Amino acid sequence: MTPSAAAALHAPRAERPVPGPALSPLTCRLCGAQHAPAAAAVCEQCLGPLEPAYDPVRRLPGREEIAARPRSIWRYREWLPILGAPVLSLDTGFTPLLEAPALAKALGVRRAWVKNDAVSHPSLSFKDRVVAVALNAARGLGLRTVGCASTGNLANAVAAQAARAGLAAWIFVPEDLEVGKIVGTAVYGPNLVRVRGTYDDVNRLCNQVADRFGWGIVNVNLRGYYGEGSKTMAFEIAEQLGWRLPDAVIAPMAGGSLLTKLDKGFSELSAASLVDGEHPRMYGAQASGCAPIVNLVEKGGEAIEPVVPRTIARSIAIGNPADGRFAAKAIRTSGGGAAAVTDGELVEGIRLLARTTGVFTETAGGVTVAAAAKLAREGKLRAADEVVLCITGNGLKTVEAVQPALGAAPVIDPRLREVAALVTAAH
Amino acid sequence: MSVTLRLPTVLAKAAGGQTVHQAKGATVGDVVADLATKYPELGTRLRDDKGQPYPYVIFYLDDEDIRFQKGFQTPVPDGAEIVVVPAIAGG
Repeated sequence: MTPSAAAALHAPRAERPVPGPALSPLTCRLCGAQHAPAAAAVCEQCLGPLEPAYDPVRRLPGREEIAARPRSIWRYREWLPILGAPVLSLDTGFTPLLEAPALAKALGVRRAWVKNDAVSHPSLSFKDRVVAVALNAARGLGLRTVGCASTGNLANAVAAQAARAGLAAWIFVPEDLEVGKIVGTAVYGPNLVRVRGTYDDVNRLCNQVADRFGWGIVNVNLRGYYGEGSKTMAFEIAEQLGWRLPDAVIAPMAGGSLLTKLDKGFSELSAASLVDGEHPRMYGAQASGCAPIVNLVEKGGEAIEPVVPRTIARSIAIGNPADGRFAAKAIRTSGGGAAAVTDGELVEGIRLLARTTGVFTETAGGVTVAAAAKLAREGKLRAADEVVLCITGNGLKTVEAVQPALGAAPVIDPRLREVAALVTAAH
Repeated sequence: MSVTLRLPTVLAKAAGGQTVHQAKGATVGDVVADLATKYPELGTRLRDDKGQPYPYVIFYLDDEDIRFQKGFQTPVPDGAEIVVVPAIAGG
């Protein structure tokens, strides 16, 4: 390779701008430094995380105005970092909030609801929310190529939404992901790359990829915009409960962003006087084979101790969570808690949710349900509580996890007497 | 020991406009100290006032996170590569 060719390979590549929406400026969460809108997730001054800065005197809508808007995440657009009208992924969000009396009874709480992002449009996980915001940010920044480091759900969401938007996509995943998540990404035609290593290895690589190629890696250099999409789950929960807040909210934790943004979303609704009730107690759930945030909550302190993940809950198997300390702080401040569950318990959680609510969730949802059961047994979820469980992904993506625990269905000849024999045996 | 240290672009401004540097030291901490001598502004971005890494700045020595080893006391083989990466987001 000639020196000039080598220099070209290693130089950051700028992409030609395409008109898109204006974006909020960014501010450093640690040092407060202000930054213009950019594909940048960390502060030049201190390497702290950047997040959008909203105009504190912007006009905010009331309940009726929000209710009259289309049922998508964009009905809450004043709390999202896209200024003006979004142009992509306009129909993501507003998933069902299902009351679950049988689950409430099983948990021993007064009322329970399932926030069912297992049926999110278009890719059946809550990652549709964050990707919808990130792709509008990419368009606003004039980027033509997007990507992600993913444990599966994000890969599905980026591939689907980038295909629809006509954006090129480079998607990096650990080599050993579940087949449903690989197929559910590859079908959209992105550049899908399987990396030998853990998710943490993949994410480190994507930090370097974003630096080198100047692409919009949604959970790396677009992370400040991307993360805000998770707040819409909190907004929807409050609106669907009749503009009030539950006593407790339980969410799975991977990088820690979802729980942190749920907490922020509830706070923003209270600040806007849109909701009644106390701030919910926030509870985080992890698999015991990868529980660095639960460990931090239980041991105290500020710094995450990274772990090497060993769990079938691959979608939340992040041993080195960037927002872990923020999630731990939200849990402590809200008076909530955290719980880790074994792989066996998470499979039982999947089955409990399916039996009691008719919702089939993936492993992360199983962790959430099993953690709720554990917290209830420990008395942390109380008999008088109204509880919302955030179910973030669809069980059809991880059938491998639950299949071994299910009995084989009987095979019969097409004769009525064989059915009758089964009915008799079932009684 | 002579090693290569790769910085994210966001830190290049504090390091003479370069992301790739040669530095010396027996441990990762020594290497960072060597570079901080040349670029004092960079030093304050890579280590706190106690001389320890910030929780949101990760150092990889030949692809291994030094938090799984001895942190800044991790020995550095000659010719090794240290990569500095901001903390990792969810997926």
